[in-house]
Amino acid sequence: MMRPPRRPRDMTDSTAPMGGLASGEQGRPARRSRGPWATAFLKLWHDRAAMAALGVVLLVVLACMLAPVYAGRVAHTDPFRSNLDGQFERNGEMVPVMETSTEGLGLGFTPIGPTWDFQAFFLGADNQGRDVMARLLYGGRNSLWIAGVATVICLLFATLIGLAGGYFGGPTDWVLTRLLDVLWAFPVYLLAISLSIVLIAKGIDIGPISITADSLWLPILIIGIVYVPYVARPIRGQVLSLRQSEFVLAAIGLGVPGWRILIRDILPNVTTTLIVFVPLLMALNMLTESALSFLSIGVQPPDASWGTIIQDGQALLYTRPIVALAPGVAIVITVLALNILGDGVRDALDPRAKLRLRSA
Amino acid sequence: MSWSKSTLGGLAVAGALLSWNGVAAADEPAAPGTILSPQQTQVAALKTEHKGGTMRLVARSAQGTIDPHINYTLQYWQFYQSVYDGLVTFKHAGGADGFTVVPDLAEAIPAPQNDGKTYVFKLRKGIKFWDGRDVTVKDVVASFQRIFKVSSPTSGTFYAGIVGADKCLQDPATCTLDGGVVADEAAGTVTINLTAPDPELFYKLSVPHAVILPADTPTSDLGTVPAVGTGAYMIESFDPNKQMKMVRNPYFKEWSADAQPDGYPDVVLYDFGLTDEAEVTAVQNGEADWMFDQPPTDRLGELGTKYKDQVFINTLTAWWYAPMNVNIAPFNNVKARQAVAYAIDRKALVNLFGGPALAAPVCQVLPPGFPGHVDYCPFTKNPGAEWSAPDLEKAKQLVKESGTAGQKVTVIVEDTAISKSIGVYLQSVLKDIGYDASVKPLSPNIQFTYIQNTNNNVQMSVSQWYQDYPAASDFLYILFGCDSFHPGSDSSINIAGFCDKAIDAKMKQALALAVTDQAGADKLWTEIDKEVTDAAPAAALFTPKHIDFISKRLGNFIFNAQYYWVITQSWVQ
Repeated sequence: MMRPPRRPRDMTDSTAPMGGLASGEQGRPARRSRGPWATAFLKLWHDRAAMAALGVVLLVVLACMLAPVYAGRVAHTDPFRSNLDGQFERNGEMVPVMETSTEGLGLGFTPIGPTWDFQAFFLGADNQGRDVMARLLYGGRNSLWIAGVATVICLLFATLIGLAGGYFGGPTDWVLTRLLDVLWAFPVYLLAISLSIVLIAKGIDIGPISITADSLWLPILIIGIVYVPYVARPIRGQVLSLRQSEFVLAAIGLGVPGWRILIRDILPNVTTTLIVFVPLLMALNMLTESALSFLSIGVQPPDASWGTIIQDGQALLYTRPIVALAPGVAIVITVLALNILGDGVRDALDPRAKLRLRSA
Repeated sequence: MSWSKSTLGGLAVAGALLSWNGVAAADEPAAPGTILSPQQTQVAALKTEHKGGTMRLVARSAQGTIDPHINYTLQYWQFYQSVYDGLVTFKHAGGADGFTVVPDLAEAIPAPQNDGKTYVFKLRKGIKFWDGRDVTVKDVVASFQRIFKVSSPTSGTFYAGIVGADKCLQDPATCTLDGGVVADEAAGTVTINLTAPDPELFYKLSVPHAVILPADTPTSDLGTVPAVGTGAYMIESFDPNKQMKMVRNPYFKEWSADAQPDGYPDVVLYDFGLTDEAEVTAVQNGEADWMFDQPPTDRLGELGTKYKDQVFINTLTAWWYAPMNVNIAPFNNVKARQAVAYAIDRKALVNLFGGPALAAPVCQVLPPGFPGHVDYCPFTKNPGAEWSAPDLEKAKQLVKESGTAGQKVTVIVEDTAISKSIGVYLQSVLKDIGYDASVKPLSPNIQFTYIQNTNNNVQMSVSQWYQDYPAASDFLYILFGCDSFHPGSDSSINIAGFCDKAIDAKMKQALALAVTDQAGADKLWTEIDKEVTDAAPAAALFTPKHIDFISKRLGNFIFNAQYYWVITQSWVQ
């Protein structure tokens, strides 16, 4: 949201009441403004689509957080352990989890399909005899965790680069912008895949930083870094604009240190942009993680993510399509909800967007 | 070889083949005016009727370098049969007849001289490379030198018995094989001198590592640039990420229907980059005629019912196994290795592969039906002749005794549906017995060489081995002999790095004994099989059968015991 720049406290007119009209004009009581954040929150609250989307996201997060409860207490299963010889009770008799074909040439071995019983293989089993529902919930934890932390990392680096480049300008801006250009030149997925392939073999071991090949931090870092240019550029543009605003120029003229101006005057004015990016980046990162995991260069087996489960399901598309469909649907629902939420947040925080919509 | 095959009749056939009398006489094409036999007439009629067309093959990926002196995979050895020739070769025939060694570029299989240490090959005249140059004795000498110069994976095993090979192994770049491979240009002969008699010599000369290339072929790995050959087909283009195209060799004239028959299709296109699922669908839809990779398990039921007339199943002399690096922790401890062997549920792995119709559990190195095989399974509940069930308690106890519990183990597998499933299962088993295990899938294009190179510190992997030829040494000596272990090389087929001096000496003793007493040698191989199995440098998993799924239009499917489907002897129109 582009709101009128906040005046530094040092320049505040102390005679004027905070955030309101002078009281007593024409005898009417002063109407107290809610403030921009409260206004935005109320706008969001009244956006039914965004609220519904938020509800869906919270539901997904809650369900995934309860994965250990489901696996341990409800389904009584270990979703990370192969269960090729397993059996479970169905209609009073013990049936194998993996069924042998007896028709034609007698080829093939198929895991059981959905039982629609929460206590045993609700969505059926995968090619290792593992409970798909339990893996779906655990996979959601990893997918959401990776998407969330990658978002934080991306925003952190993008903010630092955008602030530094936009405020200091000159050689600093030139170097940082060229760095962004290099990253931007690569298609995101190509860059992510290339980095993953190189790093997935032996992990990262640079000085004090040591990340093993099967650590979730590897895909987190890769995904976080590849999207930095897409956030850093708009931030930089915004900072460039703020840099020329009167209150910033005045602060510079008064000899306020640069870091103080950045933190107290510029950063708060880009915060809303960052907030808008959060749900949108989460959605993008979730898709990227799923893609990398599907290609076996993201989350490593036997850990689950929605992408790895889709890949497991690829080998069962013709016999047990639900193994691939279930995580696919979960991704669609979550990404859609995040995008709708992101639109709502943007509309709430950027009044110009609403004006553009009204005039369209 | 990674991926090679035989039939159940291999035992009886192999015994006969191991003597030089087990090779076929020269087979010359009929001269004009000759009356053809009924079989020859039939073949000629079929060739006229069905010749032409473009055959389409599909595979998930290419498998490494196209250099015939280096590549050690069935995928490439299978089509090399139509592209390259050696002095001798395996007969391009169906079934166990495919084990027969026949003269190829040589006019005839020579009789041994000098107490079995000397063989004189007379080169056929008039055979040309596909660039138009004649094949000469100089090309033969240069090709044998090249085997060492490029550090072929079998240079230290198959060809170490050639005089001068020891110097070549020490300094490959300057290899001359002086006194070992001698050409006589005037007589048109090549003489191979051995340091000791070798009953398996003709087998070793029949595999693609001994094919004859032009003398000026670069003496480094050719990578993606095809070497020039003499076969009925030439490789017109090769892009390992996309496609290989084979077309008829314009200078080819059939000199032996057994060694290098003229093919049916005009063009063979081999597409890479499809998933297993896509390959099956492509063949079902008629977009491809054959798929290299085994069908994924979820399609087997469908293939075995709706498409059973397009499915061929053949028993193989092969095994799937999990080599364990005996030189790094935790598997430098024999108890740790034995623990893994005890813990694996081979029936589960058979099911992952497609069920009992397609595989059988094994515990030992030599496959059933192979010379020297006697059923032996120590790593099971109730040890005896056959595997019955895993013994997890024993496995955990061994891990505890070894002191390796809790150590990290990574299992490297191919990124194919079946391999990955096996890897994930093994990871689960390793965790059950007390290791911190993970699994890493790699593209099949690089996995096989990756797990061979000791610089990658691979602790455990999943691989397959299919016979190069029907001899026990091809499993035991090749996979677990000291001469097959080349640290720091991509060509170190002794993936486990196993080098037991006593067992190695016994292997060499068995090889020498085979010259005069094959039965005695087989008994020694039986003992060696047991000793290597007990040392567990690899966990034996199962012995597979091979499924070939072909398109409706493909006719004359011939399954050769040595190289499986004889590609260019099938027709597409």
